[in-house]
Amino acid sequence: MVTAVTSMGRSGLYDWLMQRVTAVILLSYFLLVGWVLLGGVDYASWKALYSHTWMRVFSLLALLSLGVHAWVGLWAVFTDYLTERLMGTTGNVLRFLAQVASALIMFTYVIWGIQILWGL
Amino acid sequence: MLQVSIYRYNPETDAEPYMQDVQVDTGGKDLMVLDVMELIKAQDTTVVYRRSCREGVCGSDGVNINGKNGLACITPLSEVVRNNKLVLRPLPGLPVIRDLVVDMGMFYAQYEKVQPYLQNNTPAPAIERLQSPEDRAKLDGLYECILCACCSTSCPSFWWNPDRFIGPAGLLQAYRFLADTRDTATEERLSRLDDPFSVFRCHGIQNCVNVCPKGLNPTRAIGHIRNMLLSRAT
Repeated sequence: MVTAVTSMGRSGLYDWLMQRVTAVILLSYFLLVGWVLLGGVDYASWKALYSHTWMRVFSLLALLSLGVHAWVGLWAVFTDYLTERLMGTTGNVLRFLAQVASALIMFTYVIWGIQILWGL
Repeated sequence: MLQVSIYRYNPETDAEPYMQDVQVDTGGKDLMVLDVMELIKAQDTTVVYRRSCREGVCGSDGVNINGKNGLACITPLSEVVRNNKLVLRPLPGLPVIRDLVVDMGMFYAQYEKVQPYLQNNTPAPAIERLQSPEDRAKLDGLYECILCACCSTSCPSFWWNPDRFIGPAGLLQAYRFLADTRDTATEERLSRLDDPFSVFRCHGIQNCVNVCPKGLNPTRAIGHIRNMLLSRAT
């Protein structure tokens, strides 16, 4: 049993499941948006679409899914390439900084997204 | 004459590894790669590699042949040689001891982690623990592994985390005992695997399936382990 305090759910199974579930949510969201865009949109119809509560909820769900999905994915990338094995203690410092940076970016995008969706 | 380029490194005399070009007369025959290595050794006795059974049973002579891991003894030249050129390198990702010989320590350490032996604390029956033919059939495609390390050393996840990711070979054996109806330690075995590295570093790219000289499918076994972890936890 390998311990990992910075992974999403601290369990491999939980992270794996979250990544699969969020992938399905993201796929369905982008299929919907793509389908709407292909049908042709103008400002009025785009605004009307996003005035529905269900669309705002779906968008927020997609945004949160993106955060989770990116966290699990980037965590795997960081723990592959920025490691103590490859570059000594520097690897641990760099990895931690990279993880904090990506967490801040995701947090900012989520809050910003809420602001945009609800026109706050 | 076959043009062979072989990886050479002797830590006692060489500052760093280099590729040595050798010409080998195959007599026009479709030799096995191991035969070519023997012919090279006849020319230059300082070339070092592991070998034993020469028939794909012992798993000693796993090497990187023209970029793909395989057992030298059962890989015919016709299968790998293009443009009359053969490149031999040690298995990637493990420390090189000398020439084509790698230190398998990390590989065995991961194998040891999965406790690859039958565990059953119930009283032993008078003769033996019987298993139905159907239950025995579940072990087909799992027990045949000869631990040559061709799969694990072709896996990028194992290259980056050989100390934490068990790797395809170890996981195939983990599932071999998870799938065995005579083994009663399933719960403990699964508990030891449920972390973000041991199993879940596998991203399913199937390099292991691509190189296995015995035609086994570690990716499928890993999928079964994941399903067992999932049904246990939901």
